[in-house]
Amino acid sequence: MPAPLRSVSGPALPFWQDNVDTDIIIPSREMKGTGKTGLAAGLFANRRYTDPVARTENPDFPLNWAEYREARIWLAGANVGCGSSREHAAWALAEQGFRAIVAPSFNPIFFGNCVRNGIAPIVLPRPVVEALGSPVTVDLETMTVTAASGEVHPFTLPEEVRTMLIEGLDPVALTLREADAIAAWQEADRKARPWAWLQ
Amino acid sequence: MPSLFESLWSAHEIRPGLIAIDRVMLHERTGAAALRALEAAGRSIVNPAHAFVVMDHIVDTRPGRTDSTLMPGGQAFITETRAAARAMGLTVFDVTDPDQGITHVISPELGIVLPGLTLVAPDSHTGTQGAFGALAWGIGSSEAEHALATGALRVAKPGAMRVTISGRLGPGVTPKDLALHLIARHGARGGEGMAVEFAGDAVTALDMEGRMTLCNMATEFGAFCALVAPDAATFAWLEGRRHAPKGAAWAEALAHWQTLRSGPDARFDRELHVDAADVAPMVSWGTSPQHSAPLTACVPTAAEAGLAAETHARALAYMGLAPGQPLLGLAIDGAFIGSCTNSRLSDLRRAAAVVKGRRVAPGVRKALVVPGSQAVKRAAEAEGLDGIFTSAGFEWRESGCSLCFYAGGESFGPGERVISSTNRNFESRQGPGTRTHIASPEVVAASAIRGAITDPAELTDRAELA
Ligand code: SF4
Repeated sequence: MPAPLRSVSGPALPFWQDNVDTDIIIPSREMKGTGKTGLAAGLFANRRYTDPVARTENPDFPLNWAEYREARIWLAGANVGCGSSREHAAWALAEQGFRAIVAPSFNPIFFGNCVRNGIAPIVLPRPVVEALGSPVTVDLETMTVTAASGEVHPFTLPEEVRTMLIEGLDPVALTLREADAIAAWQEADRKARPWAWLQ
Repeated sequence: MPSLFESLWSAHEIRPGLIAIDRVMLHERTGAAALRALEAAGRSIVNPAHAFVVMDHIVDTRPGRTDSTLMPGGQAFITETRAAARAMGLTVFDVTDPDQGITHVISPELGIVLPGLTLVAPDSHTGTQGAFGALAWGIGSSEAEHALATGALRVAKPGAMRVTISGRLGPGVTPKDLALHLIARHGARGGEGMAVEFAGDAVTALDMEGRMTLCNMATEFGAFCALVAPDAATFAWLEGRRHAPKGAAWAEALAHWQTLRSGPDARFDRELHVDAADVAPMVSWGTSPQHSAPLTACVPTAAEAGLAAETHARALAYMGLAPGQPLLGLAIDGAFIGSCTNSRLSDLRRAAAVVKGRRVAPGVRKALVVPGSQAVKRAAEAEGLDGIFTSAGFEWRESGCSLCFYAGGESFGPGERVISSTNRNFESRQGPGTRTHIASPEVVAASAIRGAITDPAELTDRAELA
């Protein structure tokens, strides 16, 4: 279960190219193990390293700059997390220490994967994202992003998503509270669509 | 009468935001992690009979394969997924199973997907299966745990979009070209977050394999899922399949399935119209499926492509191309026929028709055909398609995802220009630095023969290809 997230403050990585797909976030060759950990070093590997195998750092990539090494927030471009649905992208970001992504838009699968892994997906217009600077504060209780300049930008987030992030809730546990309603639906469905039920 | 999407959605709504899930499919790339996480949390699978596990992503596709893979450490994904799935009593389509194949290819072959069902898999091309009138979409691996443990998913309702394709595709123009045309014209985000129903006489005229190709590519259009209303072609395909209903249950199912269509007054949040006659054979030139153009076109300028200069320049630098270069005649180093987009029997037949009696050009270092499933492979071999490909110099592989994506083992190599019947031409998709051009299987076949991007019509009569 992810740690509860009321607010996060810290360096904000500026990497706002549009359409950064999950393969850019973590190339498939970096997904070495069958588990959810050991992925942080592979985060952005093709951009972060000039030689991803030798892990030679690319001095042009901001995650390698002193001020962003401990980044907690990623300022991203539109359609972030498009492409493959691999949840490793969210696992790698979480393991690296990211707790929020601020972007003009999110790929929906990636959005869900972020929430499940305790990363707040925040939508703000591109000009705002680009002007946030660093450090940045994302506050889920006041639903605001505070720029380095002190300027405050309100955002919206579905209530359920917000609750899950703030309370660090596991969605499975949340849904199992509704097990009776699900069982009732299934019982009715077995009668209505017996052909849909395999033995 | 609501739209097809609306009826499927509301039929599965336990309450708004909580949707009942009829089938879950897992694969070895994330299966072990999902199943072990369930076990660690002390949770069980609500309905094991509705969950299927497939070995397709990492599994070796070279003849005589075993559990070992070219991807370092890949074997553990297979053995651990198998062990976890068996322990939980799930059906596994294992490495040497006669029913093994790519998830989205074998599900319809086995009647796992059916009209009116909800089906999810931790794979972004799950929408392929919407070709059968099912609500099928890709999820993350934690959502797979959720669906298995609860029988439902929390999911925000997507918008409803209809893409009506009228008229007829010209001779030699395929569903892949239609999809690339749509994405090139309306963008890789043209259907973002939408449940996209493909309708119109050009869609109903497609066979099931063509509909699957079209729905598969809807992912590259940004769609949440894709749908085609089920009809006689759908029912004929499914009848007698292993998991399809039988006898009285079939009759009952059929009566239900026949109601699954959008009403004449159905409401859509977005509508698009495409004239099938406008579609030409296509090929991609950049690093997004949106970066596609007719075969006869030249590499566009940023303005012609409607792209930001930076995006355009990066794509061309990666692809080693310059604006104004003709796409036809670009020399290629590799060719790949396979993937959940275009690896079914009809795809292989059309490619074989181009290849028959010819040889892969000497400059093409790696050319392979990877059937989508063992069933496709057997059927192709029964028709002698394997011989046509191998005597031309193609490798004939075991079924799986293979070089559709780079798993960490086999690749085409940096800077290699590859023409591929797959769905993604992203940077490094087929291996670090590999330059991918996506096209229909027949364009891939013709290009392999000439050693350069080639219109199949130059090798065969278009009418013969239709
Ligand atoms: S064939 Fe390619 S696109 Fe399809 S599921 Fe496999 S890796 Fe994904």
